[in-house]
Amino acid sequence: MKKLSKMFMALTFVGALLAGCGSNNAAPAPAQQPAAEQPSTPAPGANNSGSTTTSPGEPVTAVGSTALQPLVEQTAKDFMAKNQGVQIQVQGGGSGTGLSQVASGAAAIGNSDIFAEEKKGIPANELVDHKVAVVGMAAAVSPKVKVDNLTKQQLIDIFTGKITNWKEVGGDDMKITLVNRPKSSGTRATFNKFAMDGKEEAEGITEDSSGTVRKIIAETPGAIGYLALSYFNDTVKPLKLDGVEANAESITTNKYPVWAYEHMYTKGEAAGNAKAFLEFILSDEVQKKTVTDLGFLPITDMKVERDAEGKVTQK
Amino acid sequence: MLTYNKRQFTENITGRTVALVCAALLVIVVLSITYFIASKGLSTFFVNGVSISEFLTQVKWDPEGEPAMYGVFPFILGSFLVTALAAIIAAPLGIGAAIFMTEIFPGFGKKVLKPVIELLVGIPSVVYGYVGLSLLVPFIREQFDVLGFSLLAGGLVLALMILPTITSVATDAIEAVPQDLRNASLALGATRWQTIWNVVLHSSLPGCLTAIVLGMARAFGEALAVQMVIGNTTKLPGSLLDPISTLTSGITLNMGNTIQGTPYNNALWSMALLLLAMSFIFIMILRILGRKRAVK
Repeated sequence: MKKLSKMFMALTFVGALLAGCGSNNAAPAPAQQPAAEQPSTPAPGANNSGSTTTSPGEPVTAVGSTALQPLVEQTAKDFMAKNQGVQIQVQGGGSGTGLSQVASGAAAIGNSDIFAEEKKGIPANELVDHKVAVVGMAAAVSPKVKVDNLTKQQLIDIFTGKITNWKEVGGDDMKITLVNRPKSSGTRATFNKFAMDGKEEAEGITEDSSGTVRKIIAETPGAIGYLALSYFNDTVKPLKLDGVEANAESITTNKYPVWAYEHMYTKGEAAGNAKAFLEFILSDEVQKKTVTDLGFLPITDMKVERDAEGKVTQK
Repeated sequence: MLTYNKRQFTENITGRTVALVCAALLVIVVLSITYFIASKGLSTFFVNGVSISEFLTQVKWDPEGEPAMYGVFPFILGSFLVTALAAIIAAPLGIGAAIFMTEIFPGFGKKVLKPVIELLVGIPSVVYGYVGLSLLVPFIREQFDVLGFSLLAGGLVLALMILPTITSVATDAIEAVPQDLRNASLALGATRWQTIWNVVLHSSLPGCLTAIVLGMARAFGEALAVQMVIGNTTKLPGSLLDPISTLTSGITLNMGNTIQGTPYNNALWSMALLLLAMSFIFIMILRILGRKRAVK
């Protein structure tokens, strides 16, 4: 008996190894591995019945934008508390990851800071856009900088490297240090498009995480960068743009133009638990409380609408 | 006498099979990783039509621009400079500590110094990066009146990170020097220092070089800590105090924001392929050094 059970164990072991190696070969993209580990991700668009009742045991994955992640995580927690047995799994990875994961069907929801149309290589027409919040962005400086307001031209000149000292824009004699995001970042794309009119930034310190960017701006004398409004605190100071402060009122009317939608994309119409979750995040309960608490603006408050090309229309 | 023992037989066979499967699996994993990175990384050149020489030597990196530019030379240069700097700082320190532990003060060295240095291995690299960002960068900024984010900061952080590797491998190498050699040297009238320098260090040289190369291989592939203190500027540095990027920081900053299959994403894989090629080269150097030692 002992021999037999040993044999059996060895065989199972070998079998497991082979199975592991087989699936390794079958999924050659390691970037898609996290999604592949959840085999029961619902096929998006499979159930178009329009029912929003939740069913347990059907986990929904929401992958992508790290800027949107805190909001989705908090909402998912609340949603799961209300709907026993429903699993919402939230992961970061960046807007690009979110878009490509949802386009390939590996995730039910792809979170993104930018329109799918703006990313090359994404079949935008296959994806359905759910705008869940708006996030404003502002130029951030260290509190040591004695400047509160910049005109758009001054901002452009600073970020393109034409102005290199704060005294040229009415501040102290202090060297300007640029803190950028990586070229592929959604925050950089938004800031570049709406604050800098698409002019190419000069080289500066580059960091990806908003927390690190805030720390660098706070501690480097004369540093300037840009942050989502949710990231501002006592250590960094937002700058007015052309005299307009970045706040809820100026953003909802587009008087302050540097803002972006937070998108949650699904492949085809949302269905099942994903649909229920998206409806929950758009409900007054979440929009009025969680969204504002976390530093975003409710999508329902927007008085203007903007499309992927940046064209603004009154609602 | 030679009875057929069924139990031994099955155990032998099972053991052999398990070992064989493990070995085969490892080979398959290594080969598939290499194949995967190569297939992705090479498509920059064969699918997107970027010329290899442009990729390796141009200094302009703007994969989303019009026209797109794929010059990764600043990244390559950054990786090499920061690795060399880390090795230059850590090698004398590590080998010095190794000599101290084996030749000068073995009791204290073994009991106190060795565990302390080995403790450095367990600290996660994000902690090194954060400490570097919070202490080292402001320090450099105040001392030299510069930005602070610099090659120097990256080199110092990396030097600290590879110090335990260099120290422990060098310690083993120096310990392996036969006691007879030391005795003979002392008997000829050499001082303790002359013995250490001319006999001990000389005969453990291949081992010490192995230690340095191992440390450099680790430094070359380190991403997070370096990314936090080096500034990630894709511009050629004018001095040690200027910021620069490394291959690893270029990949980590952009990989999550690019779409699979686009030229931008492929270019990042090409950078990964370059890193893989470099680690093969490091391993080759280690092999050659090892062979040298074996001949001795």
